[in-house]
Amino acid sequence: MNNIYTIFRKEMANYFNSPIAYIFVAVFLISSTWLFFQNFFLNGQATMRGYFYFLPWIFLFLAPAISMRSFAEERRSGTLELLLTLPVKDWEVVLGKFLSNVIFITITILLSITVPISINILGQIDMGTVIGGYLGAILLASSYLSLGLFVSSFTKNQIVAFIISIAGLFFLFILGANFVLNVIPTFLVPIFSFLGLGTHFDNITKGVVDTRDLIYYFSFIFLFLWLTVRSIESRNWK
Amino acid sequence: MINIENLTKKYQDKKVLNNISFNVKKGEILGFLGPNGAGKTTTLRIITGFIAPTKGKVKVAKIDLSKDSLSVRKKIGYLAENNPLYDDMKVYEFLYFIASLKGVKKEKIVRKIREINKTCGLEKVISRPINELSKGYKQRVGLAQAMINNPEILILDEPTSGLDPNQIVEIRELIKKIGEEKTVIFSTHILSEVQAVCDRIIIIHNGKIVASGTSEELLKSTGSKKTIYVKIKGNRDEVLGQLKRIEGADDVNIKDKESDNVYGYEIKSEKNIDLREKLSTKVMKNNWSILEFRKEEKGLEDVFRKLTK
Repeated sequence: MNNIYTIFRKEMANYFNSPIAYIFVAVFLISSTWLFFQNFFLNGQATMRGYFYFLPWIFLFLAPAISMRSFAEERRSGTLELLLTLPVKDWEVVLGKFLSNVIFITITILLSITVPISINILGQIDMGTVIGGYLGAILLASSYLSLGLFVSSFTKNQIVAFIISIAGLFFLFILGANFVLNVIPTFLVPIFSFLGLGTHFDNITKGVVDTRDLIYYFSFIFLFLWLTVRSIESRNWK
Repeated sequence: MINIENLTKKYQDKKVLNNISFNVKKGEILGFLGPNGAGKTTTLRIITGFIAPTKGKVKVAKIDLSKDSLSVRKKIGYLAENNPLYDDMKVYEFLYFIASLKGVKKEKIVRKIREINKTCGLEKVISRPINELSKGYKQRVGLAQAMINNPEILILDEPTSGLDPNQIVEIRELIKKIGEEKTVIFSTHILSEVQAVCDRIIIIHNGKIVASGTSEELLKSTGSKKTIYVKIKGNRDEVLGQLKRIEGADDVNIKDKESDNVYGYEIKSEKNIDLREKLSTKVMKNNWSILEFRKEEKGLEDVFRKLTK
């Protein structure tokens, strides 16, 4: 536990000691609120639906931007050798890094709390969908990060990690999208729609927190963290 | 302390290490010598648990590395090749981070850092970011990081590479000081370093151990002939002819020429024969004069070159 916390703290300090964190937060808040408020007054409804609609697409680029350096940078600068020869278990390293990514993106997401507050001044907002939306956003972002972490673990080039993560996430996201579901054979539809990252997000933002969606996200995260640990261990059977 | 048995490492089809075995005793400073690409770093990486061997066994303090790498890693302080450090951290933060991951108790960390600060001479830079430090100071931070939890074994991969001569001497002194209490393995391709610091030397080439022993032993085992250099004033052909006639002189050559009738000669003989006396009587008899006279020592450099060509 201690080791995870130590690594977590170092990674967090790393974000906030460099301009990356502040740039990241600013880009996220500006782009998401701007996209949202563009149409907000046209609709004239006191709801955050539109806000959560954009999030998966914004995260598609921002989550890999956070996770890309996790291992790639350590590999490039050689510090991975330093870290992995310390008496620390591989999964502790992976978990410490993952948690720091998750907490960082959670802080970023929660900073957008001004949006529901502003809406609430304009009209009554349904708190259930807002809380559901935030929960879903955090789960979705964490899933993105777990995949990004995995990709980052087998390259020393951050840009490669970034682009492959985006490609992978994009693929998994559109798997459950309507235009894909329309063209595949009918018996595959439930499978594809279950595997798609986006489908579960839609459910949660509607304010419905179904265990199936939670299980999906948690197993997704678990799978990719497990793969990351395997990938780090792979130095042992190369 | 460290037992290595039949270590083999293949990358694809290339054998980087080929059946290496050696032991390191407690308290010994072992120099790991070899040209670039000989397999030094690979061996050290295997001992520290960063990579696994294709075949073979590593035991550290009787613990099998493949079974319990975590306990082994606790006993080893490691300075990796090129000294990787978290550049954006301050020295103090970095040492704190490493110390807590090495399991130093929280209440002891500050005291430990203070101690290591003194041993490694980091007082001036302790609160500065690592990326602002000179290479010599970075190297000291690397050593400090390796020693922070007072490990029994230190493994240093080319600790002096890229330093200036003053820094090299400083780091070397530091290693010597550390080596008084700890088992140290360090790799290098600088020969004078090994001679200055190590109790024992292992020379590795193309993934194989080609020699092992103290520096005297290595010198003896390979330098099969003794060489005397003498500069004599006298007729060249006459001198050469007479010298060749000395009993026990296997090979006489002219090495250099100073002026007419002043030449330097090299006389080789078997190890156990001492030609010096015979040589001087010969010179006196012929009324020549000796201008220079010395025993040529075969250095470790020759041994190294001979073994790793």
